[in-house]
Amino acid sequence: MTVTAEAPFVRLENIIKNYGAVRALGGVELTFNSGECVGLVGHNGAGKSTLMQVLAGNVQPDGGELSVLGQNESMSYGVQRALELGVRCVFQELSLCPNLTVVENTRIRHPSITGFGWRKRASLLIRSFLDDIFPGNSIAVDDLVADLTLGQRQMVEIATVFAKTTSSLRLVILDEPTSSLDHAIAGQLLAYVRRFVTEGGCVILISHILGEILSTCDRIVVMGDGRVVEERPAARFTKHSLVEAMGHVNHAPQAHQPETVVKARTAPVVAEIQPPRRGSMTLTARKGEIIGLGGLAGQGQTTLLVLLQRSAGRHISFARCSGPVAFVAGDRQTDGVFPLWSIGQNITIRSLGTMRRFGLIDPKKEREMERRWKERMAIRTPDMANNIYTLSGGNQQKALFARALASDAEIILMDDPMRGVDIGTKQEVYHIIRSEAAKGRTFIWYTTEFEELTSCDYVYVLRDGAIVSEMPRSEITEAKVLQSSFEEVAQ
Amino acid sequence: MISTVSKLRTFAGKAPWGFSFFGAAAIFLATIVFTDGVGAGQIITTALTFGTMYVIVALGQMYVITAGPGNVDLSIPSTIALAGAVSMKIMDGNDALILWGLLAAIGVGIAVGCFNFALIRLLSIPPIIATLSASFLVQSASIAYGRGLRIRPPEAFAEFATGRIWGLPTLAIFALLLTVIGSVVLHRTVYGRSVTAIGQNQRAAGLAGVKVDRVRWTTYVICASLAALCGAVLAGFSGGSSLNMGEEYLLASIAVVVIGGSSVAGGQSNVAGLWGASLFMYLLVTMLNTFGVGAGIRMIMTGLMIVAIITIAGGPKPSRT
Repeated sequence: MTVTAEAPFVRLENIIKNYGAVRALGGVELTFNSGECVGLVGHNGAGKSTLMQVLAGNVQPDGGELSVLGQNESMSYGVQRALELGVRCVFQELSLCPNLTVVENTRIRHPSITGFGWRKRASLLIRSFLDDIFPGNSIAVDDLVADLTLGQRQMVEIATVFAKTTSSLRLVILDEPTSSLDHAIAGQLLAYVRRFVTEGGCVILISHILGEILSTCDRIVVMGDGRVVEERPAARFTKHSLVEAMGHVNHAPQAHQPETVVKARTAPVVAEIQPPRRGSMTLTARKGEIIGLGGLAGQGQTTLLVLLQRSAGRHISFARCSGPVAFVAGDRQTDGVFPLWSIGQNITIRSLGTMRRFGLIDPKKEREMERRWKERMAIRTPDMANNIYTLSGGNQQKALFARALASDAEIILMDDPMRGVDIGTKQEVYHIIRSEAAKGRTFIWYTTEFEELTSCDYVYVLRDGAIVSEMPRSEITEAKVLQSSFEEVAQ
Repeated sequence: MISTVSKLRTFAGKAPWGFSFFGAAAIFLATIVFTDGVGAGQIITTALTFGTMYVIVALGQMYVITAGPGNVDLSIPSTIALAGAVSMKIMDGNDALILWGLLAAIGVGIAVGCFNFALIRLLSIPPIIATLSASFLVQSASIAYGRGLRIRPPEAFAEFATGRIWGLPTLAIFALLLTVIGSVVLHRTVYGRSVTAIGQNQRAAGLAGVKVDRVRWTTYVICASLAALCGAVLAGFSGGSSLNMGEEYLLASIAVVVIGGSSVAGGQSNVAGLWGASLFMYLLVTMLNTFGVGAGIRMIMTGLMIVAIITIAGGPKPSRT
């Protein structure tokens, strides 16, 4: 445990992190040295963000060793320790307070600016760093953050992180820093990153724009399924080989390989949507089809599903649904569960209209539906009258599936509903989806897991709110979906 | 102290409605102990009559509060005043016109409810501000409409409002019927379930197929209509309408809902508790009057009691697992 000149700034050994049954990190081995820029790439859910949260001290790993400058820090590592050691990050979700000015936000990030005249000192600090990183920017430091454009906010966020006060700054994590910056500004940032690295700092750059990773980084790490799957100097990667490395994820063998025969698209169209002001491609769903929505997370898939749900039984010019629609939420807390209700009530809410007798809800019919779906979905509870939160996450998800499947809906919209669901439940639900589709129901299924796309009849890939490509089942390959997901590689 | 509060909270959590009845009974006992049992029957009858008015108004407010955080109707007092004035003018002291007068009052309620919701939905004004500003407009309308004239209610209507059946005030029986209907609507109709769903999670309710706008609209209309009905009955009871007769119902309607065991955060409500809480509120004032405390002290005490009850009964909800 002696500090040697060769000791890397950070060394991660066998870092493990589980969320329930989901293994987010399965033994990550990595080092980050001073004076280098490391690129980190991988598909959604590869574990990049979790790993960065561990580095930032926000997430405590379940196992493994984290050492800084040769010193084992595993025991005492946390946000505070990370800051002391000079580790800072710019995360995807901007963390500025919109109701405060740029200067005031700077003060929040730098508690060492205290006492009389803090406003002036904070103003000088942020001004100098903004001008240093983004020369020629037009941001006024007395502006409210809410009045800035998204790109300008991102610039302020980056500048406050790089701004040096009393504490040292040795490692900066940039998670998708250029996603809302235009090309010229992004170039300024990357140039600054190179300068920072030359001066002895270390930068970890996460980006889906492969070109900037290749041109800026010294070394590129590819992650997949919570592990490091490739690690090479940047010069030994090309865009093509990088995409290929991301695609090479070890899949668990699928229990049931769906038939690969492509159904002819002849059934009547039941749903159609063209994302408003986002390109010209249209999504078409026919009766009995399972339609997949692919692409990176947060590229407008949920918005598209919500629009479709709103269009049911109403006239909207860019979307049309013929027939009743039901929605299966993936984000259970905000979009799905009614926390004060029983499991049964959570299931029947979508179907109450059909259970009326003389205008009143018939409790007998309600119990009957609860019982039927408890069995059908194998919801693990002694009593459907128990509160919904007595169920595990996976079983809550089953209840939400039951809500949609028990209803009269002909079109079922699914918003990445398998997040945090164990493999056994997934298989059960896949089976139900296939048999319901065979009976003539239509499923529109947003998923971040490639494997689930392969069981769809037709896949649409979204990027930045627009549909960018479509492919029938016979043509679905991970490389193809990834290609359309990444702007620069797309044709 | 802390453990007493938490024990009370456990009790309140199991039977939120029991708490208000318990409080009402305790206060009633304190009052008759003080008067050595004199006037106990009298107190009960007046409490039932005036408590009934609270119940009618609070039933509507309960639906609104159930519809989720931020939803509240502050236009109740002015609706009471306007509906009272309109119904008296239409009835014009004539027994044959009672039904028309009541319908007119409810018409006023429906109009105010629609106006409230239009402000909330179309102009995106928060309900607390929308209904408060609507109440100024309604209040002005009733000033312009009433012009201070006082029309006596038809005899039959006054009799209904002050009469008794089997020793019980007719009004109380009428309101009991109303609360039974209110309870069935809450628990056994699609509308009732929808309000409760919206109150828990509006976004999820919309995605689960609940017609959120329509349900909220209906809710504001029901609330204003019940307030209007109360306005007509109150005018019948007190021999004509007056501009300020709705004043005390602003705080009372909200306090009764919350003391009665409904969640201020929405999504969970309790009809039986409205009765306990209404009696509690009325008896509290009666008790303080009997003790001979001055008006200032009485208001302070009332305020403190409400705060105390809400602290205990409206404690933290069962935590999510």
